[in-house]
Amino acid sequence: MSERVREKLNILADAAKYDVSCSSSGGTRKNDNKGLGDSHASGICHTYTEDGRCVSLLKILLTNHCIYDCAFCVSRKSNDIERAAFTVEEVVSLTINFYRRNFIEGLFLSSGIFKNADFTMERLLRVVKKLRLEERFNGYIHLKTIPGASEELIREAGLYADRMSINLEMPTEKGLKLLAPEKSHEDVKRPLGFVQNQIVQFNDEKKLIKSTPKFVPAGQSTQMVIGATPETDKDIMHTADAFYKNFSLKRVYYSGYIPISHDNRLPLIGTQPPLIRENRLYQTDWLMRFYGFHVNELLNDANPHLDVDIDPKLSWALRNLQFFPIDINVAAYKMILRIPGIGVSSAKKIIQARKFGKLRIEQLKKIGVAYNRAKYFIKCADTPYQINDYQASQIKSFILMESQSKYLKNDIQQLILF
Amino acid sequence: MIYVIDGSLESLLCAVFEWFERKPGNIILQLEKYYQPDAFAAEFHVHRDQKKADRVWTGLKKKLDKSWMRRFYCAFLSESAQAYSSLFEFTCYIFSNPAGSEVNYGNAHVLAVAQTAKKVEREKHRMEAFIRFQHSADGIFYCVIDPDFNVLPLIMNHFKNRYADQQWIIYDLKRHYGLYYNLEKAEEVNLTPEEEKNLQKTTGELHAVKENFYAILWKDYFKSTNIVARKNTKLHVQHVPKRYWKYLTEKMDT
Repeated sequence: MSERVREKLNILADAAKYDVSCSSSGGTRKNDNKGLGDSHASGICHTYTEDGRCVSLLKILLTNHCIYDCAFCVSRKSNDIERAAFTVEEVVSLTINFYRRNFIEGLFLSSGIFKNADFTMERLLRVVKKLRLEERFNGYIHLKTIPGASEELIREAGLYADRMSINLEMPTEKGLKLLAPEKSHEDVKRPLGFVQNQIVQFNDEKKLIKSTPKFVPAGQSTQMVIGATPETDKDIMHTADAFYKNFSLKRVYYSGYIPISHDNRLPLIGTQPPLIRENRLYQTDWLMRFYGFHVNELLNDANPHLDVDIDPKLSWALRNLQFFPIDINVAAYKMILRIPGIGVSSAKKIIQARKFGKLRIEQLKKIGVAYNRAKYFIKCADTPYQINDYQASQIKSFILMESQSKYLKNDIQQLILF
Repeated sequence: MIYVIDGSLESLLCAVFEWFERKPGNIILQLEKYYQPDAFAAEFHVHRDQKKADRVWTGLKKKLDKSWMRRFYCAFLSESAQAYSSLFEFTCYIFSNPAGSEVNYGNAHVLAVAQTAKKVEREKHRMEAFIRFQHSADGIFYCVIDPDFNVLPLIMNHFKNRYADQQWIIYDLKRHYGLYYNLEKAEEVNLTPEEEKNLQKTTGELHAVKENFYAILWKDYFKSTNIVARKNTKLHVQHVPKRYWKYLTEKMDT
């Protein structure tokens, strides 16, 4: 089997790598059958590729044969590439053998659509069933929901998978129609909604009957390609926000488009992927999920784009200087969270520590606050008295002067006259 | 005043006991192996006494919740002299103050214990991630490591739960002991220097053809899942520091 499996793995791992999601968190499966595997609540990244992305799961396609012709996708029908398909046994054996050597946390299985949605989904289901039932595998399984597959198949798959996901592909319906006329956001929403309903139902049942099986315990996620179509950051984040709210998604992933096609609707091959933009979008995502920001505060009609040179939290603070300086010895937790340079764990420590006495600059630095950034926005026990207030533009230039961008090799510093 | 301890958990706890018994004021805690007599300071050798240690441990348990007891233990496993001092001061601080004082992050010792524990937990997590088993001819999955801190006690349960149906050995080359799981329970093992050397051999009879095949597959996978256009070596090295590379299958040559 060996050489052919090796070839297949190379082709099908290469085709699957554009799916960003690799998290293995949220799994709750315990090894209670003396089988193989046990999930780790926070997930484990077993290694990182040279592009700095985490490798937690064996991420492969079952096949890269596909009946669709989506312009942004490397496996599109019209693309002249090598095609391959794994057998069910091959995927199972690879997963088990990698897992036993502690290479991976589990399997991320996706697939091109061959024949039709049901046929594809049925194959995916056979893999996960074999893993769970025959191999007694309790590791993490992330399974793609195939849009258009029957509800019975999706429901059954949900009993064995830890997480399921469907990719939105483009942030707006208009963008999607441009590049993949055969697809629509509706096709994604229907199965997402179905799985979401099932999760709620199973959880309700679980409250009454303890033996109710798990159903997609790590929830659902989705992914959007950014930079392939001309959406604004505002469009992207408002879509993300709506999906977080309507489908209780665990994650929305943003994937900077990497040119793979000569199609004239898309960026040219050789164009740099929009890495800074992707980073800023993730920062915004974090601010929405962990820092209590509403998407409208960060992106609205007046500011449809995120700043490239500063992060969205700092940029919000500079637009809203009326809230600052915040006295960290008295302010509420949710206000402390909004100070640039203070993260969740520092904010929590501050709240605990200030019960024992007013905090000073030295202590803040030790706790882990990025004081050089935070100092323009806070007051603490020994903050020096300052006569004049700085303008937003001044603070921005002070901070930029002190910090080094990880993206710009030669900083472009603008001269300031006043 | 200098308190000299032998570096065991008991001796650290006994030092606390002796300090409360004698109240000598500020002291300096030193490890026996690094200790050099000081002409101007009196020294006191702390003797290990299980009973005294137990009393301090029980007392601590009454004052601290589970997560803080774990932090204490983790900070201890860091094996650094600085951490021992911080733990000593921290314990004295906890006993001399009302309940709930452990969250006073403004206190240097509290913060030091929390931060050291965090470092050890990070190393523990890294070991859970970076351990790479090899399947030997006798059916045992084995792996050698040399972690920054003594994390074997922390990772034992993780591997025991995860690989309940396979025998495995994880051996710490730096501290010369390891864990062996025999399908029933995991226990500590000590190997002779000879056996240690055998364990490190990656070629020869220990290494089956099949093992090589999976190593190659894994290296292939590692390469094909990388997106060249996004190359970011700085981030890569930040996540997988170079000192771990020698034990990572995907980072080995050939």
